[in-house]
Amino acid sequence: MKKIAILGAMTVAGLSAGVASAATLDDVKARGKLNCGVTTGLVGFAAPNANGEWEGFDVGVCRAVAAAVLGDPTAVEFVPTTGKTRFTALASGEIDLLARNTTWTFSRDVDLGFEFVGINYYDGQGFMVPKELGVSSAKELDGATVCIQTGTTTELNLADFFRANNISYEPVPIETNAEAQPLYLEGACDVYTTDASGLAATRAAFENPGDHVVLPEIISKEPLGPLVRHGDNQWGDIARWTLNALIAAEELGVTSANVAELAAAPGSNPEINRLLGTEGTLGAMLGLEADWAVKAIMAGGNYGELFEKNIGENTPIGLARGLNAQWTEGGLLYSPPFR
Amino acid sequence: MSDTHAQTVAFVRDTMLPEQPPPASEAGVIKWMRENLFKGWFNSILTLLSLYFIFVIVTNAYPWFANGIWNTSSLAECREMLGGMTGACFSVLTERWNQLLFGFTYPPEAYWRPTLAFVLLIVAIAPVLYPKAPRQMLVFTGIYPFLAYWLIWGGTLLIPLMVLVGLIAGYFAFKQFERQSFAMGMVAGLVAAIVVIWAGGIIPASMPDVLAIQAIPSRDLGGFMLNMILGTVCVSLSLPLGIMLALGRQSSMPVIKWICVVFIEFIRGVPLITLLFVANVVLAYFFPPDANIDLVLRVIIMITMFSAAYIAEVIRGGLAALPRGQYEAADSLGLDYAQSMRLIILPQALKISIPGIVNVAVGLFKDTTLVSVISMFDLVGMIRGPILASTEWNGVYWELWGFAVFVFFIVCFSISKYSQWLERQLATDHR
Repeated sequence: MKKIAILGAMTVAGLSAGVASAATLDDVKARGKLNCGVTTGLVGFAAPNANGEWEGFDVGVCRAVAAAVLGDPTAVEFVPTTGKTRFTALASGEIDLLARNTTWTFSRDVDLGFEFVGINYYDGQGFMVPKELGVSSAKELDGATVCIQTGTTTELNLADFFRANNISYEPVPIETNAEAQPLYLEGACDVYTTDASGLAATRAAFENPGDHVVLPEIISKEPLGPLVRHGDNQWGDIARWTLNALIAAEELGVTSANVAELAAAPGSNPEINRLLGTEGTLGAMLGLEADWAVKAIMAGGNYGELFEKNIGENTPIGLARGLNAQWTEGGLLYSPPFR
Repeated sequence: MSDTHAQTVAFVRDTMLPEQPPPASEAGVIKWMRENLFKGWFNSILTLLSLYFIFVIVTNAYPWFANGIWNTSSLAECREMLGGMTGACFSVLTERWNQLLFGFTYPPEAYWRPTLAFVLLIVAIAPVLYPKAPRQMLVFTGIYPFLAYWLIWGGTLLIPLMVLVGLIAGYFAFKQFERQSFAMGMVAGLVAAIVVIWAGGIIPASMPDVLAIQAIPSRDLGGFMLNMILGTVCVSLSLPLGIMLALGRQSSMPVIKWICVVFIEFIRGVPLITLLFVANVVLAYFFPPDANIDLVLRVIIMITMFSAAYIAEVIRGGLAALPRGQYEAADSLGLDYAQSMRLIILPQALKISIPGIVNVAVGLFKDTTLVSVISMFDLVGMIRGPILASTEWNGVYWELWGFAVFVFFIVCFSISKYSQWLERQLATDHR
């Protein structure tokens, strides 16, 4: 069995290596469109609106990369993927970039042959229970039935957590977040576990959000980020530094409102100048225009703007910045310098 | 004239009494209720119990429908307007009906095209479904697939036109050579069709704007339209394929027989969802990244193969049910294989197989919702994915799934009603 798995992995790796050797940047430019893999729908992160336009936090990353490479944030072909089809879609070359709140793990990075280009959301797995259950800690959940999405890292984390604490649980496997909500509300499971951001979004959609509590334990690290195929480092660099540009822009106070003004002429801050291409040749090093970062920031704003617009505290999802604040404000966002 | 009793009986009535209505307990509603609802104490108890349950369901569900809200733009607004009362939030249907029916990327200004294709579908299948419809309409049925392709996918009309011309050429070639032998006719027809389509392919490529309407790539198809397309295309393709497989399985030529047996047994031994995953995921590894074969086409091929295998087995049952004498009678008339099948065996075998075929067709139509698992946005995919994941409608379940149930029920119930009607029409046994 193990041998078969290894052989299978080798086949996949070999095939994907063959596919990946082509220069993705040239392909994207020739096509005039970026093929970006997103979820089939996750509140706040990616979903089409009533007019059929994709919106969300992950979608913002796709649009920023498209703007940086092609100069047009709408030149994106969104390819919806499920938890099961996302990796094959990327490995087979159907998509150029996967921005589908995917957890960065060792085996996905190394064994599956992908390149995580950064982290756009620091998440962690949490638990939600009805208030009337009277549970105040996840360690009191012995014997509980737990609704859990299959094919994700949450499934494995859950098993680890319960084994480490020597308590038992009964899993209720579900396919999507949308499926979990009614099951949980009808009482088919006592506990719903998924990423804390997902729990917040789910709870916000309840008729009486106050009847449910999110337990304090966060049992895993879920660094979510966009990823590309192994083997095309230039393309990986473009995706990585576009994400970094969005993060650095927030740190440096560059927003979609003032970026045009700041990029018009070199200002007093040399790092902003380098970022916006009014000084130095960072764009050319990436193989892009000098104003690549300007376009990326204009597409949907800097990291903070994207966050506030899609999942921030003024949206129905209402997530606090928490770990996703800039490092200067006690968070983990820390872009390497643009130099 | 008899007066035998004239002295023994005091009075003999010599006119008929006028007809009386039956007693109240033996007529009308009361009789019906007595016979159907309250026959014996056991049935009476069951009736009362059922009435109680119906009462409970209706009184609980009624306010949900009656308080239903149709004109808000998000679930939160619905809840605000209801103010704690029970009530449905049908606004999701009024706001997203177009996405449920056509998917979210199909251009709204082109909605008339699939709608027209659907209306024409009814016209086109009428002569096939109703023997009494005028036979001339069959010409339109023949043209319809090409017209529908053009309407739904757009582009230049020349492409479907060239395919149609190729098929007509193939038909004439078949007619030419059919007199020599059926198989030769088939081969000649196939060759002629391929040659004409291949040669004619140059014309639309050089003139992409002739009679062109906005081209729509198949990844923009979605909603119930996608279910309808997959359902109709796959059922109509798998019928002829299934007949061929069923005949092939009975063939006396070992190669053909074994190819058919292996195909049928393999496909029937694999779940449809696996085939869909193969279509979506695995096939991508075997093609170069830029030579992507259309996903909808891949899915159509897989579903057609799947249902063809099942239909083949249903038809094989029909063939096996025919008495041996029918085959022998055909042979003794001097008919060759193709003629005897076409004129004698298949008409009878297919008639026996109707319930089974309809069963497969209904099942297949519902199975088209499985494509939501490979991230295609059919009706179920639209509900599960984009609509429930939008910030406005996150949390609306009953209204959306109720809509899906309603739409599928209408289609499947009509199919099954039609098949019952057809069976009555074709009933030749003397019961």
